Amino acid sequence: MDLRFSESDEAFRAELRAWLAAELPKLPPKPSLDDWPARRAWDTAWQRTLFDAGYAGINWSKDVGGRGASPTEHLIFLEETERAGAPYVGVNFVGLLHAGPTLAAEASPEQKQAHLPRILRGDEVWCQGFSEPGAGSDLAALSTRAVRDGDHYVVTGQKIWTSFAQVADYCELLVRTDPDAPKHRGISWLIMPMDSPGIEIQPLRTIVGSTEFSQMFLDGVRIPVENRVGAENDGWRVAMVTFSFERGTAFVGELVRTRALVEDLAKIARSSARNGGTAWDDDGLRRELGHMAAELDALWALTCRNITQAERGTGVPGLGGSVFKLAYTELRSRLGDLAMKLLDRAALSLDDIDGIESGIHVERWMNAMSLTIAAGTSQIQRNIVGERMLGLPKEPA
Amino acid sequence: MNFDLDDGERALQQGIRDVCARLFPMERVRSLEQETGGLDRKLWRELGDAGVFSLRVPEPEGVGLGMTQEVLVYEELGRSIVPGPLVSTHLAAGLVEGAASGERIVGMAERGRGPAILGHLDAIDVLLVIDADGISSVEPSAVRATPVARPLDPLTPMHLASELPAGERVAGPDVLERWRLDGAALIAAMSVGIASACVEQAVAYAKERKQFGRVIGSFQAVKHICADMLVRAELARASVYAAGVMLDDPSAGDAARQVAGARLLAVEAAVANGKANIQVHGGMGYTWEVDAHLFLKRAMVLQTRFGRADSLAGAIAQTLT
Repeated sequence: MDLRFSESDEAFRAELRAWLAAELPKLPPKPSLDDWPARRAWDTAWQRTLFDAGYAGINWSKDVGGRGASPTEHLIFLEETERAGAPYVGVNFVGLLHAGPTLAAEASPEQKQAHLPRILRGDEVWCQGFSEPGAGSDLAALSTRAVRDGDHYVVTGQKIWTSFAQVADYCELLVRTDPDAPKHRGISWLIMPMDSPGIEIQPLRTIVGSTEFSQMFLDGVRIPVENRVGAENDGWRVAMVTFSFERGTAFVGELVRTRALVEDLAKIARSSARNGGTAWDDDGLRRELGHMAAELDALWALTCRNITQAERGTGVPGLGGSVFKLAYTELRSRLGDLAMKLLDRAALSLDDIDGIESGIHVERWMNAMSLTIAAGTSQIQRNIVGERMLGLPKEPA
Repeated sequence: MNFDLDDGERALQQGIRDVCARLFPMERVRSLEQETGGLDRKLWRELGDAGVFSLRVPEPEGVGLGMTQEVLVYEELGRSIVPGPLVSTHLAAGLVEGAASGERIVGMAERGRGPAILGHLDAIDVLLVIDADGISSVEPSAVRATPVARPLDPLTPMHLASELPAGERVAGPDVLERWRLDGAALIAAMSVGIASACVEQAVAYAKERKQFGRVIGSFQAVKHICADMLVRAELARASVYAAGVMLDDPSAGDAARQVAGARLLAVEAAVANGKANIQVHGGMGYTWEVDAHLFLKRAMVLQTRFGRADSLAGAIAQTLT
């Protein structure tokens, strides 16, 4: 075992650092959070910049236009871009991290050619139409119907948690094509153009006040049959295929950021007046922060382990991710609570107060509540760990 | 970066696992409790022959390995709750003659205010006493001590001494400083072994015990306890392995901080999993008949070695800049 990076890894890191240092000062100012057309333009412009420099689709294979980087290089990429404060993947999230990799694995050559180069260049934005009001943790219970009419599917139903729907060009859509089959076997995966008639988008405001989520109402939307990816009724497998690509890198940027924020909290504590001294004089608070720093160090080590296993093809793909997600998201929740206590009445404002960078901590305290819910709640993750890693039997339906 | 066991490390892990299975199956451990109160000199020698105390001693006398590999060995010793002052004897190899081979058993105590509570005093050949100035060697028979009538861990007998003799200085603060790091990492490794053993025991029981007409592991209420146990053990293991690597290769990170974190999380995992294992076993887990209590009680012994939770967490906080 070692934690040393190879010479070529270090060379990659140095080259990337130099490029980021030259490129980031040229960024235009960030648009306001609710100006979605401007956000799309800003996020996709950065994607184009990455593309032109050869960093787009860092972990995508070369045959679909990616860089074909190793998991370790991917780790370095995420670590360095986060440290440098480079833009987040933003509206390109679904295209780059889910729909794109799914197309790369399962789509026809024509479908790949039509979409993958455009996703990499930032020309095409995707959203995800999976969850429904009645199908959350039990995603396979989805009921949006697709009825065959000649060479089209006619789709009617409702989707929810559709991030970036208001600016997306395409939607990766799960629909029920066989209502009589067992629930996992009657689902198909469709490419839905977002300019199709019959789509109505209603924003869904989060507890942070942000507007990235939407509800999407589909009323007789006609989607060409040639837009189906994979066989009819094989959509569940198609949707789950990206799971097996998860190489332990999903939370690297988050982790780097959270480690930096723990250091920021220590700084805030050192400068916050309390009882004639500072908050940092409080043994209990220091111990809590120290404990969380130890957990973050351990999570970094766990990430290195998962990435090594991915590189060697050992371990169970995707499952190390469940252990990580459980530990990380529950830690974020506790860290948020501690930050709110430390900030005291400054925690009552989402904007920075009195020169202290408090707003980010308040926002992340709320954001942490989504982490233990989204992409498999902590309860579902415990089922996955219990059943697939420990071999405990399923609860009978 | 290769942060997972390589072939040699896997072979080492399997080798020591086999040694533990041969020398310390659960029935042997339980019989040691009745017969000797923990230690058996012959078994100790066999551990010595297996190289458990000479891992760091250079070849040809020893095995010539680093902390990266030592944590793997001590994880297995923890998993089998091998009794005795393993870490003390291991650290003393090279300093105390006969320690590396298992011929002499070495205990350790910290000189402090108030009485000392000493483990295995009747069985050890040398007592090393540590204080701010370094390490001294004390003849165990020179320690005036009375046995603790009911030690918490039946496999770790205890004595109470009102004071410790001065002894003979054998090493200074520089050696001690390194011992504190290595010792904390090895205690953490043994704790990870206990935490993992508890996961295995709880899961095995949850797959076999039936209530309400089905195995209890199918209930989410029980399954989620087991999942949390695994998460604690895996997180602690990653932390301990990183500590081992950093102790061998300081360029890999802040070894002192990583060791403190590993010791903190691993002992917590051992104690929490030790309790969760008893909970999953239900009423039987509360009896002497089931092994679960022995693992929790050993975790409590480890909790008192090479660091305290509050100081460790506080020390880590001081590294936040």
